[in-house]
Amino acid sequence: MAEIAIKKKRPKNLDLPTIRLPLPGVLSILHRISGAVLFLLLPVLLWLFQQSLASPETYAAAKAVTGSFLVKLILLGLIWLYMHHFCAGIRYLLLDLHKGIDLQSARFSSKVVFAVSIALTLIVGAKVLL
Amino acid sequence: MINRIVVGAGYGLKDWIAQRATALVMAVYTLILLATLGALSPSSYEAWRAIFANGFMQFMTFLFFVSLFYHVWIGVRDIWMDYVKPDGLRLVLEIATIAALVGYAGWAAKILWRL
Ligand code: HEM
Repeated sequence: MAEIAIKKKRPKNLDLPTIRLPLPGVLSILHRISGAVLFLLLPVLLWLFQQSLASPETYAAAKAVTGSFLVKLILLGLIWLYMHHFCAGIRYLLLDLHKGIDLQSARFSSKVVFAVSIALTLIVGAKVLL
Repeated sequence: MINRIVVGAGYGLKDWIAQRATALVMAVYTLILLATLGALSPSSYEAWRAIFANGFMQFMTFLFFVSLFYHVWIGVRDIWMDYVKPDGLRLVLEIATIAALVGYAGWAAKILWRL
């Protein structure tokens, strides 16, 4: 029965560059990308955490590493990836509880995720990087 | 004879729940950490160390790490399953992922228990 349904001709558009991804779609792919990038950088982040706690000397060394503008910029990017994954993750948990699953609410909550995660990134960034 | 279909439902449910339970633990920890940093504004080594040397935060931080590694195992395995089709390569990537995460768990324990 399922086969009959699948064989039915349906319109297809697989020309990817012409597809405009709606905001909830952007949120979703960024959630996956942020998870993957944070995973790949775990050894660097753990190392930084270790240096910051091991001794006053390594703390100072870690501070020096994170003192350069370029490293600060990268860290700001990572804070954003974390905050995006965090906020989008909470949105998913709410969707799983069937909260806000109609199209309008889902579109609106994806805007909220972008706004809140960028605001949190700026606050935390100002706190730890300045 | 019973005709069992081995790809049936329930297979991924435990992982699905675990991914969400660990997400919840990490979300709560993130809020606790943000509040702590906001309240204390640690600007010296001593103040920074004191946060994680505190028994409650030490426990919570370790709980965060354990949740994180389990969460990441499920998430990254899903990503390998989506994009890596050759079985052999996928198995290698999955084993490498587990090995790395188990190693990180030991590493995190070492960082926290020396405080
Ligand atoms: C507050 C912290 C976090 C929350 C609330 C959270 C939440 C979630 C949720 C709900 C999912 C399932 C999404 C879905 O099924 O589509 C997920 C997937 C995932 N998470 Fe997290 N997460 C957090 C932290 C992290 C961290 C720190 C990492 C990496 C180091 C990470 C890596 C991943 C990966 C790789 C996936 C799979 C993504 C996918 O299948 O597209 N998560 N997260």
